[in-house]
Amino acid sequence: MKKKFIFLIIFFIAIFNYSFAIENNTKLENKISKNLRCLVCQGQSIYDSNSDFALSVKLIIKNKLKEGKSEKEIYEFFKSKYGEWILFDPEINKKTIFLWIFPIILFVFGGYLIFRKFFIK
Amino acid sequence: MKKKKIFFSVILSTLFIFFILFKGLYNQNYYIPKNTTKNLISFKAEDFFTKEKLTSDQFFLNNKYIIINIWASWCIPCLKEHKYLMSLRKNNNFKLIGLNYKDKENNAKQFIKKNGNPYELILSDRNGTISIELGAFGVPETFVIHEKKIIKKYIGPLDQQNIFEILRITKK
Repeated sequence: MKKKFIFLIIFFIAIFNYSFAIENNTKLENKISKNLRCLVCQGQSIYDSNSDFALSVKLIIKNKLKEGKSEKEIYEFFKSKYGEWILFDPEINKKTIFLWIFPIILFVFGGYLIFRKFFIK
Repeated sequence: MKKKKIFFSVILSTLFIFFILFKGLYNQNYYIPKNTTKNLISFKAEDFFTKEKLTSDQFFLNNKYIIINIWASWCIPCLKEHKYLMSLRKNNNFKLIGLNYKDKENNAKQFIKKNGNPYELILSDRNGTISIELGAFGVPETFVIHEKKIIKKYIGPLDQQNIFEILRITKK
């Protein structure tokens, strides 16, 4: 009786573990596909699109996760194949530094204008 | 005086923006991966006719140029470029490989039978993953590969000019 009980517990733990693992993977899959641009569609992510290209990319994400690749490695893979454009989040480098800094410059400049108008007369 | 200043600054900024956008209009942003050793092409594929599993090292001979053409029987522009591919058929400078993209086998066979087979080797890409591995967007697309590196990429159907270019590149 006791043996059976232990066996049952192990059995259930195994099943739950498995389904949890699958659920985690699909969550990660969705997250990654939301962060990748569908290059053949207009303004859609891979997650949103059902084009041939997007379907293949989703399949590759799934396979890579099954192989045990990390999220970062998968982004690196797509970046090496398609360039940085495929990532929705632009990295900070020489080309994009202006993009990142410009809002801050505007903010500071605007602050300066307001300051000048109200406090220095 | 102030009006004039505003007027000129508006015109200047309009011109500035116009030129930046105009310059970008003709920029092709085809991405060709940097030729580092990390980005060497390698993939596994299935032979279209014999169903034999091949790795890319088996048909990427070292100093020979490889041309990979992605095609499908359902793709209309592929039909348009087919006659140009046929003209590339008998050439010892390179090896022409076809990659059959998301196609039904019977349709693809029919296509080859009807229009001729320009390829030395046809690989099948049932789910489109090999094309992604190459960095392709869809069909038709053509890659010129040398020493496992992509040196030229044509997106869309080839025309006579592209063929001349391919012949010129592979002559070296």
